[in-house]
Amino acid sequence: MKNIDLIKLPFSKNNPILVQVLGVCSCLAVTAQLKPAVVMAISVTVVVALSNLIISLLRNTIPPRIRIIVQLVVVSTLVVLVDQVLKAYMYDVSKQLSVFVGLIITNCIVMGRLEAFAMVQKPWPSLLDGIGNGLGYSVILITLGFVRELFGSGTLWGYPVVEKLGLYGIGYENNGLMIMPPMALILVGLIIWWHRSKNKDLVEQ
Amino acid sequence: MNMKWLEQWFEKIEPKGKWAWLGSTYEAFHTFAFTPKTVTRSGSHIRDAVDMKRSIIIVVIALLPALLFGMWNIGYQTNLAAGTDWGFWHCFWFGLLRMLPMIVVSYVVGLSIEFAFAQVRHHEVNEGFLATGLLIPMIVPVTTPLWQLALAVAFAVIIGKEVFGGSGMNFLNPALVARAFLFFAYPTHMSGDKVWIANDLWGSDAIAGATPMGELAAGMHPSASAIDMLIGTILGSTCETSVIAIALGALLLLFTGIASWRIMLSVFLGGGLMGLLFNAIGYNEYMQLPFYYHFLMGGFAFGAVFMATDPVTAAQTNTGKWIYGLLIGAFAVLLRVCNPAYPEGMMLSILFMNCMAPLIDHCVVAQNIKRRAKRAAIGKEAHNG
Repeated sequence: MKNIDLIKLPFSKNNPILVQVLGVCSCLAVTAQLKPAVVMAISVTVVVALSNLIISLLRNTIPPRIRIIVQLVVVSTLVVLVDQVLKAYMYDVSKQLSVFVGLIITNCIVMGRLEAFAMVQKPWPSLLDGIGNGLGYSVILITLGFVRELFGSGTLWGYPVVEKLGLYGIGYENNGLMIMPPMALILVGLIIWWHRSKNKDLVEQ
Repeated sequence: MNMKWLEQWFEKIEPKGKWAWLGSTYEAFHTFAFTPKTVTRSGSHIRDAVDMKRSIIIVVIALLPALLFGMWNIGYQTNLAAGTDWGFWHCFWFGLLRMLPMIVVSYVVGLSIEFAFAQVRHHEVNEGFLATGLLIPMIVPVTTPLWQLALAVAFAVIIGKEVFGGSGMNFLNPALVARAFLFFAYPTHMSGDKVWIANDLWGSDAIAGATPMGELAAGMHPSASAIDMLIGTILGSTCETSVIAIALGALLLLFTGIASWRIMLSVFLGGGLMGLLFNAIGYNEYMQLPFYYHFLMGGFAFGAVFMATDPVTAAQTNTGKWIYGLLIGAFAVLLRVCNPAYPEGMMLSILFMNCMAPLIDHCVVAQNIKRRAKRAAIGKEAHNG
């Protein structure tokens, strides 16, 4: 596989959420608004990329029987770092994301990429794979955050778009269902539907 | 009336060649007008004069009493709230003009999506939406804005039905999916504490008035009497208020055998038993409410007759139907009494049991297999011994 594919494929044919169906929990939980979705996307991308790199560097020294523990130690160290940075510089978002930053440790994408890729690949491809999968995850998260905040709260990044357009005056109302996690699941389902109709080879027989 | 000309016209316009892709649309209109000449050639199927199209038409006819009463009641409630003195026809005419746009929007949006999916997937247009499209405007408040109704119908048809493969494959009742969408997406229009009366003919602003469900959720005794609720001159969703009108529809459905009497009876039985149980506890005003009030208020009767009995989403086995119905009634009353956040429990209770119906059927069938296997084993023993 070419290195460029490591970045490119997670966007379409090997998207962590749409195709591997990993990391769905956090993508339902944090996408009610755009800002936390973007912060979460960046955090996960950083954690996946760096943990992939570190585990790949250590891969020949890790005894197979305790590899999960070693992976967890590396991932949780990185997550604590990210959490501290958020608390120091973006306290409001950090409060909004609450436990979900800590829960990046259990995000299936992180463990999935470590097990499937970083344990058997060289550091440079592993780093690229981490960045690619993080970005693939980010695309879905940001799309969801955009749609859900726009139609659910009528704002974008806290800016009252719908009010400025004057839509409330002609009887428009925000859709309360958009703010609820079930609607995020339905939206992910719709995106998967669209994605599969574009990529017929992904459809199971 | 001689319909020869129409039949010839249909034969003349049958799409061929480059228009063949319109086949499913043509088929839908053709079989709507005429009974198909072809008969089933293989497999063992029940041969009967009643097909899907005819049975759906009977459901639509069964809905008419409730629909007509609902139209009159819309006008009557506005008349009461405004303090005017309208005659019977004035009330009916007002309600008709309020209801018609909702019915048209529901059918146009729903059928366009159905036809589009049928064309893309190359299958016939299913007639199930004829009933669903009428049911949706009948179970929403009259003050629902039309664009919200259109969104709800689109959501129900696409997410509630087409993603599972269209009519017959859906596990949730599409009309209730539309209502649930409105309920969660635009709660201010659905809460039932003040926005159920149409103020003027075209505007969507409403006069304050509380439904019996809203009053009870607020801890008050309903101001309407049981007789009023039986006849249906109370506030509520457009066509769900009159128990008598619904009963007329129920009689037709039971007489033609289209709806299951087991489900209908067991829903009322379940609701009644739960009501009696709460009467025995008698902890607050709502629990002391006579159990039969639950049948008269809100959407209980309408749900039991037209929603719970939907053959696609209900349990299929006879034992399963009893369990399914009993639990719908019991959960509806439980939700009403114990959860003040949801004044009306019927919708959520039916949707929940829709999800559970396949599981109930599975258990009933598994139990039956076990029972028969046991009997077979005993028979074998007796034979050998």
